[in-house]
Amino acid sequence: MAAEVTEQPTAEFRPEGAEILDEQRAAAMAGEPPFAETTRTVGDRLITSLKDSVIAAVIGLVLFGPLVGLETVPGSESRLAVNQRWGVVAIIVAVVFAGRLALNLLVWHTDYPITASFGRIFSRTERMHQADWIIVWVVAAILAVLNYYATELAELMVIVATIAFVVVVGRKVFAAYIPDLPYSQIFGGLFLLFAIALPLIAYGLLPDQLRYVMDQAVVMLAYIMLGWGLNIVVGYAGLLDLGYVAFYAVGAYSFALISHYFGLSFWVCLPLAGILSATWGLILGFPVLRLRGDYLAIVTIAFGEIVRLILLNWADFTGGPAGIGHIPQPSFFGLPFDRSEHGVAAFFGVPFSPILRIIWLYYIILVLALITGTISSRLRRLPIGRAWEALREDEIACRSLGINTRNTKLTAFACGAMFAGFAGSFFATRQGFISPESFNSGESFLILAVVVLGGLGSQLGIVISVIFINAVSELRQFHEYRVLIVGLALVLIMVWRPRGLISTRFPSVQLRDRKKVPAAVPAEGHG
Amino acid sequence: MEYFLQQLINGATLGSIYGLIAIGYTMVYGIIGMINFAHGDIFMVGAFMALIAIIVIGVTAATPFFVLVLALIVVLVVAMVLTSVWGWTVERIAYRPLRGSFRLAPLITAIGMSLILQNFVQLVQSARVKPLPPIITGGYSLGESSGGYVVQLSNIKIVIVVITVTLMVAFSLLISRTALGRSQRACEQDARMAALLGVNVDRTISLTFVIGAALAAVAGMMFLLYYGVIDFYIGFNAGIKAFTAAVLGGIGSLPGAMLGGVVIGMIETFWSAYFPAAYKDVAAFSILAITLIFLPSGLLGKPEVEKV
Repeated sequence: MAAEVTEQPTAEFRPEGAEILDEQRAAAMAGEPPFAETTRTVGDRLITSLKDSVIAAVIGLVLFGPLVGLETVPGSESRLAVNQRWGVVAIIVAVVFAGRLALNLLVWHTDYPITASFGRIFSRTERMHQADWIIVWVVAAILAVLNYYATELAELMVIVATIAFVVVVGRKVFAAYIPDLPYSQIFGGLFLLFAIALPLIAYGLLPDQLRYVMDQAVVMLAYIMLGWGLNIVVGYAGLLDLGYVAFYAVGAYSFALISHYFGLSFWVCLPLAGILSATWGLILGFPVLRLRGDYLAIVTIAFGEIVRLILLNWADFTGGPAGIGHIPQPSFFGLPFDRSEHGVAAFFGVPFSPILRIIWLYYIILVLALITGTISSRLRRLPIGRAWEALREDEIACRSLGINTRNTKLTAFACGAMFAGFAGSFFATRQGFISPESFNSGESFLILAVVVLGGLGSQLGIVISVIFINAVSELRQFHEYRVLIVGLALVLIMVWRPRGLISTRFPSVQLRDRKKVPAAVPAEGHG
Repeated sequence: MEYFLQQLINGATLGSIYGLIAIGYTMVYGIIGMINFAHGDIFMVGAFMALIAIIVIGVTAATPFFVLVLALIVVLVVAMVLTSVWGWTVERIAYRPLRGSFRLAPLITAIGMSLILQNFVQLVQSARVKPLPPIITGGYSLGESSGGYVVQLSNIKIVIVVITVTLMVAFSLLISRTALGRSQRACEQDARMAALLGVNVDRTISLTFVIGAALAAVAGMMFLLYYGVIDFYIGFNAGIKAFTAAVLGGIGSLPGAMLGGVVIGMIETFWSAYFPAAYKDVAAFSILAITLIFLPSGLLGKPEVEKV
């Protein structure tokens, strides 16, 4: 299905009658009859907009009034009392009213909706109209002013916004001259170079904060790896796995327990953890994979919780809520990271510093993540990968073409679980301590959000969304709201851009030319 | 024997709460074929609405009997109305724009909504647990046994079971006798055909969410009065268990939801009574997996025919 769709038909190949539709569409966009709201004057529309906004504000008041306005706080005699905050409610209601009014006036009840302009600016193929440039210039002016005046946190955000703006508009301008620049390859290559050189860059630019930068980078790479692993299950095979963290936990606990009871090292346990996780993926997947998508989702949540509860309550074996500590560190080809004369620092004759270990961890996770990414993108082109994608598109068609759906799903599930197992044992060795608290369902939702926001099936998108989510959690002002923001992002991206931030896909097989599938063809699973 | 009887009573009470939540799942599934993951959190919002109403009105166990009854009815109605607005909004924002989108889209927004509701309530009402002293007190002792174990039938349990049964009857009448119920059943059978015949499908779906949310609010209030403590996270576990109840009873079937709720309540209570209580959630979640694998159409459900 996806491979057939190539690009917008050009004028000469257009079928008979298609021009008329185009004319009608143009007329509709220009607000001409029969599509224009001819009977409604500007005043009418204003009144409609106002009415609608008042209704929205009233609903906002009902929604937020009790929960926000009346905070239950501990009062006297261990009874709860109420803390009234009507000022906050008033602000929220005002924001709802103003936002709805702006939407009404600029998008819904107007002949020139601002969203159409945005669509043209963001799309590489559509040509921009004269009026759209006004928006570009206005945004550029605002950003210029903000760049001049903003301070601290705001400054960072403004810089990021400016870069994003330059990328979007620059890409637009470039696309006019070089239409088929392989953007994802270019960005991917730049990211890779940057990642390899990161310790040097960080040391050169921010020597004081090297430790912090490397820690952040390790966390982000671990999430990228988990995202790429889950992408096999959710993005390629279309199985909504909400218990992914269970396999992450299996990997972490496999390593911790094996090293605790048998004293094996990280490098021996890493493959073992992957194999064990994959085995658990097979065991858990076998009975449930014939369920429909939404049943599968909730059963995997249940499995995730079961694994966590068992880890929590089987205290004799797993240490229970106290967790497991003293997990060994990975060595550098047999050399430990310590001050001793057999250590890495002594071997290379450099002064010992704990940062060496962190940089080593960084390269381990970088390599693990790259392995995950490479293997999963290669798998996608193999027959098994094509079977996954076919399964996502239409299960019944797959079955009638002789694909063994159960085995295909199981392999996807087990592959995803294996990478989670690798990531889990890396997590255990990095932390040196694990407890069931790290593997709650919130973590599963976060990994899912990484995959969904980036775009189901897109590897570059996953990198971008990890950077976004990490930025949100690291900014002190947002820290409290981070899960709320992730939730909002999940809803908004599904409503506005269901294929995620990076929405174009290259088909894994093609007849002659390599052509991408435009975002406007969301062929994913109607079955 | 007395111990067993006591567990039976506890199980029925808990089961009533799960059953009320399960109805929301089963109705939504019946009409648009999706699992509303956010429903457990709507239940949590309902519990908070009831809590806020109780504190604002100032109901305590010391309130005179008739005033108490009146006040609790007011609290119930307020919680139902306010929570239904939340239910309606969730559907309007997160599900309606996605009709006809790809299969996983509404599931993903549902997860997003669930995260939003949990964290929003945590943010505005703080993460601390909210204790509430018992309001409906007293009860009866049944059958003094030789072993000295006394079966307690407290008033709160009677209230919960009576309200649940009343609502179930009222609700079944609503579905079987009114125009709303008819259009709902029509949409369930074939939404497109119902639309062609003049049923306002969007409105019917919205009302389904409103009814589901109202019943979840009742469940939330019962939960609050029964356990006397709530927090922003109660929706997660209760949601999965209620969903298990809906599946066990046969998803799409209303009596099934109630039956499934009672069965799950019983399993959880008896497991806590006779086996290690720490694993009671494991037992409930395992029931979900086992049911889906061996009895996918549930106890009272119709087998699902996959149309090509």
